[in-house]
Amino acid sequence: MIANVGCSSLAMAFLAALYGAIAAAYGARRARPRYVESARHAMLLTWPLVTVSALAIIWLLVSGDYQIHYVASVTSNSMPTYLKVTALWGGQAGSLVFWSWLMAAFASAAGIRKWHRDRELLPWVVVVTMVTLAFFLGLVVFFENPFARLWLTPEGRQVTALFQPRGTTPLIPSDGQGLNPLLRHPGMIIHPPTLYLGFVSFVVPYAFAIAALVTGRTDDRWVRITRRWTLVAWLFLSLGLILGGRWAYDVLGWGGYWGWDPVEIAALMPWLTGTAFLHSVMVQEKKGMLKRWNVILIILTYALVIFGTFLTRSGVLSSVHAFAQSAIGPLFFLFIGVTFVASLSLLIKRWDDLKSENQLGSIVSREALFLFNNLLFMGILAVCFWGVIFPLISELFTGQKVTVGPPFYERANSPLGIGLLLLMAIAPLSVFGQTSWKLLGRALWKPLALSFMVPFFSALRGTTNLGALLGYWVISLITLVTLYEFWRGALARRRRHGESLPVALWKLTSRNRRRYGGYVIHLGVVLMVLGVIGIEIFQTETQGTLVQGEQLTLDRYTMIYESLTQFDTQDGRNVTRAVVSVFRDGKNVGELYPRRDFYYSSQQPMTIPGVRSTLEDDFYVLLVGWESIGLSGATFKVYHNPLVNFLWIGGLVFILGTMVAAWPDRGPEPVLKLAKKRAATARSKIGGLR
Amino acid sequence: MGDIERSDVGAGFGGRSKLLIGVFLIVAAVIYLIVTSTQSAAQYYLTVEELLTKGESALDRDIKVSGAVEGDTIEYDAKSLELRFTIVNVPADLDEIERAGGLAQVLHRAVTDPSEPRVDVLYVGPMPDLLRHEAQAILTGRMGMDGVFVADELLLKCPTRYEEEIPLQVEEG
Repeated sequence: MIANVGCSSLAMAFLAALYGAIAAAYGARRARPRYVESARHAMLLTWPLVTVSALAIIWLLVSGDYQIHYVASVTSNSMPTYLKVTALWGGQAGSLVFWSWLMAAFASAAGIRKWHRDRELLPWVVVVTMVTLAFFLGLVVFFENPFARLWLTPEGRQVTALFQPRGTTPLIPSDGQGLNPLLRHPGMIIHPPTLYLGFVSFVVPYAFAIAALVTGRTDDRWVRITRRWTLVAWLFLSLGLILGGRWAYDVLGWGGYWGWDPVEIAALMPWLTGTAFLHSVMVQEKKGMLKRWNVILIILTYALVIFGTFLTRSGVLSSVHAFAQSAIGPLFFLFIGVTFVASLSLLIKRWDDLKSENQLGSIVSREALFLFNNLLFMGILAVCFWGVIFPLISELFTGQKVTVGPPFYERANSPLGIGLLLLMAIAPLSVFGQTSWKLLGRALWKPLALSFMVPFFSALRGTTNLGALLGYWVISLITLVTLYEFWRGALARRRRHGESLPVALWKLTSRNRRRYGGYVIHLGVVLMVLGVIGIEIFQTETQGTLVQGEQLTLDRYTMIYESLTQFDTQDGRNVTRAVVSVFRDGKNVGELYPRRDFYYSSQQPMTIPGVRSTLEDDFYVLLVGWESIGLSGATFKVYHNPLVNFLWIGGLVFILGTMVAAWPDRGPEPVLKLAKKRAATARSKIGGLR
Repeated sequence: MGDIERSDVGAGFGGRSKLLIGVFLIVAAVIYLIVTSTQSAAQYYLTVEELLTKGESALDRDIKVSGAVEGDTIEYDAKSLELRFTIVNVPADLDEIERAGGLAQVLHRAVTDPSEPRVDVLYVGPMPDLLRHEAQAILTGRMGMDGVFVADELLLKCPTRYEEEIPLQVEEG
């Protein structure tokens, strides 16, 4: 019953989206406002419809209706309720519904709030969002239906179908497969949804860009309207990536945080184009340049978002070697191809309208540095894309599959990343337009001179690793320049308005949120880089088999193996848990409990580390084996990860900075404010001419 | 023509050509990095059968190989962290796997067929959680002189019965 409601609601949402797209396009083209209005209503209807459907899935998941194929495949009796709810995005069909639900919500949000202001653009925004939504809903309705049931044929074969095939009987398993134990983690609640939020919100700026191309409103209006959407999309995408890293560090990757897995790269790629876009739209807003480039970036971002959605769910590329293709793979590629070609041809049609209003200034002008920044982001994108498709290409041309692993990405991306960091150090001091090295040098020399202090003193204290020293230098320079910018701005305010420094700092930031929020993001990156230096360069590890009372030493840490216990839990696990005492410089700093859980239902173990975490370092202990008789001897793998917590703290600062930049403005909309300002300058110009 | 432009744009002309040089340098650097990194980090991705027929030529370079894990052969010495097991040849071609009824089927058939080529594997490290009978192992490493494949990296996939299109995977290494 519930399944039928959910399923029909899903089908209706699909029809509404399809109708909305067609009616909006027709109405806008033929200038028939009634059709546009009707399309808008259809669009507003999609969200409640998909909501009903998503709630139905959640209901089925929680109540454990295992005849539903999806429910049986992602949940089991022993799973806690919160994980049953999150199983909505635990499998392919459900996550597509979740994606559609977000898409419907964002489309409605874009359509409700500014309908009258952006009357020209919005019909096309409806078209783009509803086409996207219809595609995803179509996939769910026709190919990956989450409400499909299991049936048993008279020959005893299992089939999955929405309606009862002739001669079959319903098959109701007593328990489901359950979510893989590795996914049974609080990270599952928040990591996939944030990533999806980021993915889906990028569709909105893309939709406005397309609307601008179709209607010929190729000024920077679409950029200004979608400024906050873009920032919010980027916020969630960044958060999703950071949370994924943290989850990997805690459970999945055993102390790793990023493995250059194609699925990770798939989520990184739209982030790269999105980040480039965020920087280069500033050039468009300030100087009326890079307009075509920005359109290209948002088109790329959209294509990569769809591609990423597909990859994160299906894993088609990471397992290219042996993977049963699902029916929706080719459809995804078709959709990406069609939208990409259509977007590009629109861009070509408007190519001349998107001419730059200004010439690029000198090589150290702000706009030139932003251009270099964009090129470096595109370079990293090229590296990532090449790495992902290289196996396919090599097979195509040589018949031999050749892959590239993490060393490829690390080797190729490190210089580009350092280039970006250097730009991050210089660009805040540069100005738009004509400028010179001399001018830049005057602003830069003080922070530059000071920045050598940190690597100098850390070399004196015994750091000999050149990479680390270089890293310290770059991040000190960025930090100094960024703080100097805050200081300079606040001082100027104090002089002008007679404010105290804290007030001046506060007002400075709240009046130029994007700029100073951006600087906070830069500081977040600095902290993250510090964490990466710590774990990549200074990580040490050891392993050993100990009997009770024996000890193992790694750097300043010593651990003593105290005891081992084994017990069963309520939710179907057998837990083997070790107790180890940890000493730092000979001082007892507490106990850790590394353990290994064995899940009876899926016959799979899961290793959970014991971690002592401080600002200075993490001491990370894995229980990797034990003697089954007497429980006396146990083997541990131990990591010492210096500075790694700065990675997470930096992530937090990064997100805070993005929130500062994206926080809604009080008072009139920036778009309107600017329009007024422009009108005023236009008037004064005309007045001047007279 | 140059004269006119120069007087028009003034200092900007020099700036512009410098800018173009900057752009060119970045693009060249990206291409250089991609090409050289590909050359130095490329790994042949082979099936067990291909690995065995390559013989000598497979000895001196990093190779990626995938196969089905034979559960009975898994031996783990918790003291030295030496993990030994045997993998069985599975086809690499997607369509072939599809025709054979999906990855889970292919893996199952491989381990039950004694005529499929097999290779012994040695990996030193913690025992991966996903290692079990009929899992798909993707190993990166080198072929030793003794015919044992020494893996530095071990990636495992366990296709489940229902959601065959979503093999679960976790990287160890």
